[in-house]
Amino acid sequence: MSEAIPAETVLDVRNLQTVFFTNSGLFRAVDNVSFSVRRGETLAIVGESGCGKSVSALSIMRLVPDPPGRIVGGSVTLEGTDLLKLDDAAMRGIRGNRISMIFQEPMTSLNPVMRIGDQIIEAVRLHQKVSSKEAWKQAVDMLRLVRIPEPERRAQEYPHQLSGGMRQRAMIAMALACRPALLIADEPTTALDVTIQAQILALIVDLQQRLGTGLILITHDLGVVAQTAQRVIVMYAGKKVEEATVEALFETPLHPYTSGLMASMPAVIALGAESDARLNEIPGMVPSLTNLPPGCAFAPRCKLAIDRCRQEYPPLSEVKPNHWAACWRAGEIAGAS
Amino acid sequence: MTEQRPLLEVTDLVKHYAVRGGVLRRQVGTVHAVDGVSFALSAGETLGLVGESGCGKSTVARTVLRLVEPTSGAIKLDGEDIAPLSKTALRPYRRSMQIVFQDPFASLNPRMTAGDIVGEPLSVHGIATGAKKQERVAELFQQVGLRPDQMKNFPHQFSGGQRQRICIARALSLGPRLIVCDEPVSALDVSIQAQVINLLIDLQRKQNFSYLFIAHDLAVVAHISHRVAVMYLGRIVEIADKHELFANPRHPYTQALLASVPIADPKARRTAPLIDGDVPSPINPPSGCAFHTRCRYAMDRCKTERPALQAAGTAHQVACWLNDGTGRSE
Repeated sequence: MSEAIPAETVLDVRNLQTVFFTNSGLFRAVDNVSFSVRRGETLAIVGESGCGKSVSALSIMRLVPDPPGRIVGGSVTLEGTDLLKLDDAAMRGIRGNRISMIFQEPMTSLNPVMRIGDQIIEAVRLHQKVSSKEAWKQAVDMLRLVRIPEPERRAQEYPHQLSGGMRQRAMIAMALACRPALLIADEPTTALDVTIQAQILALIVDLQQRLGTGLILITHDLGVVAQTAQRVIVMYAGKKVEEATVEALFETPLHPYTSGLMASMPAVIALGAESDARLNEIPGMVPSLTNLPPGCAFAPRCKLAIDRCRQEYPPLSEVKPNHWAACWRAGEIAGAS
Repeated sequence: MTEQRPLLEVTDLVKHYAVRGGVLRRQVGTVHAVDGVSFALSAGETLGLVGESGCGKSTVARTVLRLVEPTSGAIKLDGEDIAPLSKTALRPYRRSMQIVFQDPFASLNPRMTAGDIVGEPLSVHGIATGAKKQERVAELFQQVGLRPDQMKNFPHQFSGGQRQRICIARALSLGPRLIVCDEPVSALDVSIQAQVINLLIDLQRKQNFSYLFIAHDLAVVAHISHRVAVMYLGRIVEIADKHELFANPRHPYTQALLASVPIADPKARRTAPLIDGDVPSPINPPSGCAFHTRCRYAMDRCKTERPALQAAGTAHQVACWLNDGTGRSE
């Protein structure tokens, strides 16, 4: 691991550990996870429910509910400042200003009794010393930037008057209003229809590149990852199990969980002669975080598991240049492909 | 193929909902949820129904089962029109048609054991009781990949994928000929989705029932279906054999829909989205072809005249005025 953080790095997360104290025991929701995001770069975090991808995002924002959750270790460095060391007031100055977040369900994240324009103004006036008139103008400009037709009229409207795609555009406008260094999008298009999803993804990527924002895209959809990200990390049971550039990951996935995920997805384009073939399923289910096996958490579901996998947790190692995997057999997998 | 009578034949199905407003709750508008849908489904066949939210695909599914009363149209099950039947007269037909819903958390009674849930239809229809019922339930559990000793467990003790298996076992209990699947895997994780899809396909091969399969995920539909119908604002705009539909889509909406699916291959990155704007409201659907407001190939005729489904190749029908009613070739 490098000590010096390159100048263009916006966010650097080191050995992050977030745990939840519950009646049924201690959950290691995020267990020693490190990653970084550069200016203008899109990092995708992929995994299934409960793998820790959303808790990682909430930890960066310091929005993990305490109790039951707590960040117990690591650092989250945004533009040179360790966010975990800031007091609450200083953190409020960062949220919505230097880091913003877009959530899955735009209807529940927007205030139903506030006009769209006022909601964007709220973020702007909290962080910038501008008159309300100037802030309103900025809000309308933001709505225009996210390609909402008739932005002057839409700014006067309430969330229920907007369609799902339009609401998500308004959320993006709000998130980008203060030109943050980092945008976290947690399943931003999961609630949207496929044609609207294509529009919103294209919009996010376009704006992010124009504004130079670092983007963390959290998703379970490998299609979305392939279409938008530059780098990908795959999470399983709270740990990072693989990290690579998007090209390398789809070319040769080194962790059996990653290749299993890819094989279990039905593909529209692969409608060849034998499209009625069975999908490759990953047997079993995601383990409960309170009761993890001693070795690799994926070993009970893994076809390639050997005795060592069940006893020792494999460290994350750079199997190929810039391609990390936490698997005892990743070397063999890399050699075979 | 021999000319057989299809298991299910739906003709000109219409479902309108009244929109009421004002102090007197007078009808101020009509939601055209399903607006003249016709299709047929043979025994052992899977017809996929795709489209975006609000296109009427779930309403079609529920109307076919008469969970929602149709406004007009015929629903023939084995040649018998079940649309005008009274509730009592419909009852024997209910045994042949079952449904699996999207959310396995909401569709199981949390106070009943899994075994009771799966056995309930057997009691309701007076098919089996006591030890015979238990035996049949155990057999159903095995068929869907659950252990018979799990019969005494409650729904919260199962994972999402297992709960969907319980829903499938319940649907199978009466030996149905038609199973409607309304987004059966949308709530599940990717690795669990594959397990449930494989199970659905295996069961169909063994028992030869038909699926009306609804999903918004085109890849899932492409995988499981034999034929696919694409819906837009209450109408079928294109219906074809699945290989034909995905290889040679003719309706501009189908083409845009297929092109919008994010492909899991970074080398196949798309540049710009193919269609702009949102789906119009079904309260005031556009005149003529409902898609003309978002279609970049729309002509004057599309704005005034509604295109009907027309043959465009073998086992392929499309509702589009382009190329004399055969749609756009790419």
